Amino acid sequence: MKKSEKSMAGWYFFLIVIAAYIAVFFVKSDAVIPSLAFFASIIRKIVPIFVLIFALLVAIDYYVKPESIVRHLGKGSGAKGWAWAIAGGIISTGPIYMWYPLLNEMQRKGARSAYVAAFLYNRALKPALLPLFIYYFGLAYVAVLSIVMVIASIIQGIAVEKIMEAKK
Amino acid sequence: MNSKKKIAESARKSARVLWRSTPILVGVVLLVSLANTLIPKSAYTAVFSRIALVDSFIGSALGSIMAGNPVTSYVLGGEMLSQGVSLVAVTAFLVAWVTVGMVQLPAEAMLLGRKFAITRNVTAFLLAIIVAITTVAILGLI
Repeated sequence: MKKSEKSMAGWYFFLIVIAAYIAVFFVKSDAVIPSLAFFASIIRKIVPIFVLIFALLVAIDYYVKPESIVRHLGKGSGAKGWAWAIAGGIISTGPIYMWYPLLNEMQRKGARSAYVAAFLYNRALKPALLPLFIYYFGLAYVAVLSIVMVIASIIQGIAVEKIMEAKK
Repeated sequence: MNSKKKIAESARKSARVLWRSTPILVGVVLLVSLANTLIPKSAYTAVFSRIALVDSFIGSALGSIMAGNPVTSYVLGGEMLSQGVSLVAVTAFLVAWVTVGMVQLPAEAMLLGRKFAITRNVTAFLLAIIVAITTVAILGLI
């Protein structure tokens, strides 16, 4: 894909989604307004996160040089790299897709794909939601699942990286 | 370059990164909203077989195509349990809900690379089944 085509891909995707809405309008018109209302409620929630991510992007661009990303999250960063990726995934807030631009930037600066995958996997564990999760499923269940998921995130990171390297 | 100019330059670069991502992010939120409206909540409990391994696969598949706040998955998961769906299936559903994103896949592929996105989502799908079976086995509830 040429660079100009690549930069337009997002807009093509957006137009396809708009086309899907137009199609739904003709097939099931009463679904469009509730969908747009739900869309507005999500947007209201993610705007503050967007601001946070913008601030993080500026801070990373200003302070973090590719060499330090490679040192903390690059090849050879070992257990510390896993700890950063797991902790980062757990403390990050908002929908998963909000973090793609930041992770893309970190990938470009040399972060291992294993850590990016582990970061994304650990986004599943949200401390703020734990009380509700425990209310529905119990403390023992939530504790065991959380530990198993942290271990699974490392397995996934290694698997993703091995598969990516094998495909090269 | 002084630090004010450097910060302004970093802000410009970061704004460009976010602007490039905007149509993808807005598109994904629109898709999530449409899926949330079109797929009735009652549709989820009707598809389980009551065979643990098959149900964990179905749970993982359902969780993968769904998107939204994890809170919604807790409510749905609780509802499934009360309707007799096995804990292993519900666990696979909960894990896949937050780790696999079919709706977000186009955005993930565009921003993090197609190979990475597909590999990550396929492994997350399989891991949801393994995590569910392991969790329930540890709890001694299978």
